[in-house]
Amino acid sequence: MIDYDKYFNDKIKEVQPSGIRKFFDIANEMDDVISLSIGEPDFQTPWHIRDEGIRSLEKGKTWYSPNRGFAELRREIANYYERRFGVSYDADEQTLVTVGGSEAIDLAFRTLIQEGDEVIIPEPSFVCYEPLAVMAGGTPVIISTKNEDNFRLKAADLEAAVTPKSKLLVLPFPNNPTGAILEKQDLVEIAEVVKKHDLLILSDEIYSELTYGGKRHVSISSIDDMYERTVVINGFSKSYAMTGWRLGYALGPAPIIAQMTKLHQYGIMSAPTTAQYAAIEALRNGDRDVKKMRDEYDMRRRLIVDSFNEMGLSCFEPLGAFYVFPCIKSTGLTSEEFCTRLIMEKHVAVVPGTAFGKSGDGFVRVSYSYSIKHLKIALERIREFLKELNYGS
Amino acid sequence: MDKLLQLLAANSGFTTAEIATMLGEPEDYIKAQIKEYENRGIIKGYQAVVNWEEVEDSYVEALIELKVTPKKETGFDEMAELCMAFEEVESVYLMAGAYDFALIVKGETMQDIAMFVAKKLSTIDGVLSTGTHFIMRRYKDRGMNLTDFDDRADGRNLIL
Repeated sequence: MIDYDKYFNDKIKEVQPSGIRKFFDIANEMDDVISLSIGEPDFQTPWHIRDEGIRSLEKGKTWYSPNRGFAELRREIANYYERRFGVSYDADEQTLVTVGGSEAIDLAFRTLIQEGDEVIIPEPSFVCYEPLAVMAGGTPVIISTKNEDNFRLKAADLEAAVTPKSKLLVLPFPNNPTGAILEKQDLVEIAEVVKKHDLLILSDEIYSELTYGGKRHVSISSIDDMYERTVVINGFSKSYAMTGWRLGYALGPAPIIAQMTKLHQYGIMSAPTTAQYAAIEALRNGDRDVKKMRDEYDMRRRLIVDSFNEMGLSCFEPLGAFYVFPCIKSTGLTSEEFCTRLIMEKHVAVVPGTAFGKSGDGFVRVSYSYSIKHLKIALERIREFLKELNYGS
Repeated sequence: MDKLLQLLAANSGFTTAEIATMLGEPEDYIKAQIKEYENRGIIKGYQAVVNWEEVEDSYVEALIELKVTPKKETGFDEMAELCMAFEEVESVYLMAGAYDFALIVKGETMQDIAMFVAKKLSTIDGVLSTGTHFIMRRYKDRGMNLTDFDDRADGRNLIL
């Protein structure tokens, strides 16, 4: 028997498998499990967008695209960022089409991080930043955002985390799993620290279309002096319900995009051609779909936040993405215990906050990317669960 | 479109408290708004979407195409009124295209419907022809899935 362990890269051995694997396995064993754990839209890709993908196949457009993505798509992406967020990017020099936002994050890390560089990551946040930063040779430095700050990143906490080795700040807002957003004032304060310490920013704006309560997403690249320091990551998965198409993009200073493009070219070649044709249609004629889905999420968001607060699990009002992050500390259980018992006793799957970093302990992530009917059944079961815990009585 | 009406049209089973929460409005306002829609005849009623195939005493429905001669004075309205008066007739639509009216007709058996068309509908003065299409199975009705086909959206895999 070969000892494969000795062949592995030391860093990959350090990387932990995703924290929800255990629940996935339990859930798979049950046939009546009701899940509130998913991280993708429940909507199907709007029909006119799918249709453009199909049409491109009918026309036989089955070849590679240019490495950076079709020029037409890059132009539409640049137009879109200008139109929606007031930031201009050159479609040729500053735009790179990737296989989902995830690839773009990986490319940016590997392009910018040198062995020993510190990468500042606010947590709780999406699971990929830390392992990808480690694989790129970086040292993750975690900032815990707090419930009392509505899980926003505070400039003072950033300042406290900076060392001479700090290079890159990851800015994952609107945030998965907390649903937190950053507003202009927050960004202005963060920008001062970034400038003072000569940092770069990776701004993951994948949920930028999903903000509520009249708050529009603000890209940090629109803040003074941040444009030249920011790589923006975005994509089609969340805003246009296109997760399976695997299409994202990076926008940023031309020299950074040029380096990232080399890596993309050798590692990936080009993003899926069919998806790119569909995405052109999404950007041209998809605004109405985005609004419709956002309105629907918003209704569910209000219902679910209200339900958790009413059950006694305090829940700050999330203004972005499609997650709520209720605090379960008052039950006396840890996040892991809460989720394990909830799935074993009531067959409801939610994700422990700890899957998104240690600072998520005491919280669970609940996705509302489900029909209202589905949400109501799940909420009812959670209510029963709490009652049986003798909670709140 | 009015979000309250959209919600009720999709599912009239929500409580006013739930609707108020979802729309971010006070419950009293929602109650008053619904009352007003009812008074103004904008909300005509509330019906359950029943999957009759699951019920013992089932019935049959047919879509009847009707070609008619419009009246000089009243156009199609008089014919519509005549059709509406039959209790067998569930719905009456004026159509653009190959025929003038589409009726949804309900009966206990196919024979009932056939007799209704032959004896009552075709004999109305001004009806030129009829075409009867029996509904064999309902897969989706008023936006609702009546099948047990997998509801993919709620059965997705766990992904972070």
